Amino acid sequence: MMDMLLQTLMQGVLLGGLYCLFALGLSLMYGVMRLTNTAQGDFILLGSFSAVAGIAALKWLTPDATWMPLLLSPLLLLIAFGAGFMLQRQVLNRVLGKDPLPSLVVTFGLSIVIQNLLLELFSADPRSIETGGLNIASVQLPGGWAVGVLPLLILALALAATYGLQWMFDHSALGRSFRAVSDDLEIAQLMGLNAKRVYAYATGIAFMLITVAGVLQAMRTTVSPSDGPMLLLFAFESVIIGGMGSFKGTLIGALLLGVTQQIGFLFDPGWGIWFGHIVFLLLLLVRPQGLFPKTVG
Amino acid sequence: MNALLQTRGLTAFYGDAQALFGIDFQVDQGEMVAIIGANGAGKSTFMKAVTGLLAVQPAQILWQGQPIGGMSASEIAKRGIALVPEGRRLFSSLNVEENLLMGECAERKGVWNLLRVYELFPILKQKRLQASTSLSGGQQQMVAIGRALMSNPALLLCDELSLGLAPIVIKEIYSAMPRICAEGMTVVMVEQDVSKAREVSSRLYCFQEGSVSLQGVSSTLTAEQISQAYFGLPNKHGAALP
Repeated sequence: MMDMLLQTLMQGVLLGGLYCLFALGLSLMYGVMRLTNTAQGDFILLGSFSAVAGIAALKWLTPDATWMPLLLSPLLLLIAFGAGFMLQRQVLNRVLGKDPLPSLVVTFGLSIVIQNLLLELFSADPRSIETGGLNIASVQLPGGWAVGVLPLLILALALAATYGLQWMFDHSALGRSFRAVSDDLEIAQLMGLNAKRVYAYATGIAFMLITVAGVLQAMRTTVSPSDGPMLLLFAFESVIIGGMGSFKGTLIGALLLGVTQQIGFLFDPGWGIWFGHIVFLLLLLVRPQGLFPKTVG
Repeated sequence: MNALLQTRGLTAFYGDAQALFGIDFQVDQGEMVAIIGANGAGKSTFMKAVTGLLAVQPAQILWQGQPIGGMSASEIAKRGIALVPEGRRLFSSLNVEENLLMGECAERKGVWNLLRVYELFPILKQKRLQASTSLSGGQQQMVAIGRALMSNPALLLCDELSLGLAPIVIKEIYSAMPRICAEGMTVVMVEQDVSKAREVSSRLYCFQEGSVSLQGVSSTLTAEQISQAYFGLPNKHGAALP
């Protein structure tokens, strides 16, 4: 019994690592500019499918070089940053303001467009990224336990991303600008800061995180164009549980969500995700500001 | 004299409500000019218009002869106008030093840097890694002034430096002014305390209901002239004070 509980806890934490990567981009964009990106899930899928397409193209070009996909990652991250930067400059900056509705409508619209675009290009078939056996590899732990290598890798990346993001926020000049525009936009501009450019950097970084999440999701399981809203929901629940604007909060929120879902799965295979929602709603009732809120207003 | 900043018939609106009704204002290089006026006279609105927080017609504000009205706040900051805002408005999630460093965003070279600001306000050096919200009101005001100086402005605007501060603290803050002006800084200060304003400034403007009701050399204006312009009571509608 004890063994099973510990197993569940561990699986939950590993799952939470993935959710954390889903959520960090959302947390960053909300924290810096109070923008709720309702297309988060679909952007994650855009990352997944970009990788799928990129790998297919590489295979076609050089059928023998199996290590080529690794080269794709830095390129993909660069493209993601550029895409996020441009999206913010050309689209999202125009709809930011005191009223949150325009940005919600625009990102919601983007989510529908992306979903249909992916459906058109890739059909509704589930796809995944071939990992050369990494997704089923495991390491043996003492006591006869086995842990998947890929989930461990995902958790490590989630921890690194959270820590890195928090460090950047607290100690770099860019992070200082992020906090300044978040604190008092008017005064930040009065200091000579170009807020729209700062926002574009934030979205660029968010898109890099989103792409990492998308690629890992496609490595771990299958993705299909209609998955977006569910991914958004997990990201959203993680951010809300943890508290808006705190990356540490987002990480803990994601881990909690993962563990809760795993406990649900323990009772009944159909209960996991539902159980996560219930706990999320209960937490909203008890502590609507989340566990570690940072951002005000 | 070449005007550093000049406004000509400056009008400003909050939505449909007009707040400034044709302000003619000028400050020359190296001057210390005070703006006084009652609450709602348009002093802070004037500051907002000059710093780009409120959109106005381009030609209504001239900076070194160039129209800057309606430019974005960050562009105006880069051209050398810095504001110490009313109520200080420090960045609450930034510590003291980080707040000061925000002044560097204007990317202007000059004599002011962290070292100089810490020389001017030594207490800030001691508290440089503390949260800005943990400081006293006077110390926060020092950070706000230091933050504006860090942008090496050609013109420093101070909005109600003494607001909400104890007299002894106000004195301490104002004692830094000569050292700031010694570098040839041009200063425009909005001040509610009329005697303070007269004491520190060379010239003085009095605003009333969005217009200039009086202007002149501070030392030659009489208390009576000022109180008339300030309150606008006697003779305005042909009636004398009781």
